[in-house]
Amino acid sequence: MTPISRPKLLAWQVLVAAIVLLIWHIGSTVPIGGTYLLPKFFFSTPGEVIARIWKLFAGGQIWKHLSITLSETVLAFLIGSVGGVLFGFWFARKPTVAAVFDPYVKMANALPRVVLAPIFMLWLGLGIWSKVALGVTLVFFIVFFNVYQGVKEVSSVVLANARLMGMNERQLFRHVYWPSALSWMFSSLHTSVGFALVGAVVGEYLGSAAGLGYLIHEAEGVFDVTGVFAGMVILAAFVLFIDWLVTLIENRLLVWRPQPASQA
Amino acid sequence: MVVLRVIERDAPGAKPPAVALEGVSIAYGGGSQPVYEAVAPTTLRVAESEFVAIVGPTGCGKSTLLNAAAGLLKPASGAVSIFGEPLAGLNGKAGYLFQQDALMPWKTALENVAIALEVGGVASSDARKQAKEWLGRVGLAAFADRYPHQLSGGQRKRVGLAQVLIRHPKILLMDEPFGPLDAQTRQIMGTLLLELWAADRKAVLFVTHDLEEAIALADRVVIMSCGPKARIIGDHTIDLPRPRDVSEVRLDPRFHALHKAIWSELRDEVVKAYGGAPA
Repeated sequence: MTPISRPKLLAWQVLVAAIVLLIWHIGSTVPIGGTYLLPKFFFSTPGEVIARIWKLFAGGQIWKHLSITLSETVLAFLIGSVGGVLFGFWFARKPTVAAVFDPYVKMANALPRVVLAPIFMLWLGLGIWSKVALGVTLVFFIVFFNVYQGVKEVSSVVLANARLMGMNERQLFRHVYWPSALSWMFSSLHTSVGFALVGAVVGEYLGSAAGLGYLIHEAEGVFDVTGVFAGMVILAAFVLFIDWLVTLIENRLLVWRPQPASQA
Repeated sequence: MVVLRVIERDAPGAKPPAVALEGVSIAYGGGSQPVYEAVAPTTLRVAESEFVAIVGPTGCGKSTLLNAAAGLLKPASGAVSIFGEPLAGLNGKAGYLFQQDALMPWKTALENVAIALEVGGVASSDARKQAKEWLGRVGLAAFADRYPHQLSGGQRKRVGLAQVLIRHPKILLMDEPFGPLDAQTRQIMGTLLLELWAADRKAVLFVTHDLEEAIALADRVVIMSCGPKARIIGDHTIDLPRPRDVSEVRLDPRFHALHKAIWSELRDEVVKAYGGAPA
């Protein structure tokens, strides 16, 4: 298949959004045979959702929620990454430690994180730290496994070459293990940032006084479907924005990596 | 059975060889697994400023001998000595050019070459200056800021060569370094190697499966039999005049005579390596 040009692609993408919005609009506002296909009570209408988003931004109260969710996401990502890098390195360089902890790591990773949320709230209160903790448990394992893999899978030839060059352990770490682990970590950057956000929003949803998750939960509590949809749209836009930032950082830090064939 | 050519090197006052493998054998396995003896006890000496090529069928234990000389592999028996000193741990006097890509993919060509000096404590600015000179010497001055994936296979080998030579190792160990390259590039790389080598004539141990390449480059060609229990079955002095041009020396009648003589020995081993009966 030949790749389509950028403007053409964009046109198609906009068209998809327009069709979805149109179906939604007709289904919720135009009665067909006396009934609405998408009753307003359950689906709201595109117009009302847009108006609500406008109101949220115009009123200014959305910024508080956004900034709280953002700071929870960033904190969860940073703490989870630092922990994942440290433990990933430690386990990869000390196989005995890795072997001893292996079943526990697997157990902890297999646990659905949502069940931890109430415990974190009990321990850390309803403020941002219980949400950060939830995000950390998600981010940590992604980064941990990737760094572990990255250190383990350093090419044996590159390693032998570096050793013969006379590198000591510290230099091997700096010039070989670290860049390799970093490249693995960055390959999972989109996933781990996404999970940091999931942790924050789910935490807010389950109990808090601010944030996007709180906003959505509050609207649900009073059957305010328009509010729920407005919150979801803002959340989606927020995710796209963060993903764009991550791509920028990634392109800067991984210039040495060959582009995947599809993008070349 | 071919009798090994033994030169009296142990005479008093004689210089010890750069690399001496004395009765070295290589074995894998042990413990619960059956022992596989890849290389039978073998003696091989490389004199200072001598270029020795080891030729044998692919996958027959030539590289393991090289790894023993580099200190990457501990021989099952025998002793390795470097300039008369028994080798303990990695061979710090040797530069090793690998068959596979050994460059750090996250460093540019220049950084890859400079790091070889920086690990030894050379200041970064000085290391970079020298690295630039070496990249020029291997014909890559314009490619200093490229990352390995942006270079061709031949260019990566050139960077590898600069990375090894910038440290001025007394011994060069090369494991089919030009193996993955196409025929023309191999000849160009061979000529480049000889040019750089002529400047200070290090001891070279060069492993290849390509007999023509071995004769074109080396002072001595050693033939190894096929494993298991690979051993040296021939040792030939190559008396072609230097300096040589790798692509032109092949037209020399003396080259053909040497090639014919050595090939007759090697042929049976190659056939054996591929599981057929000797022709």
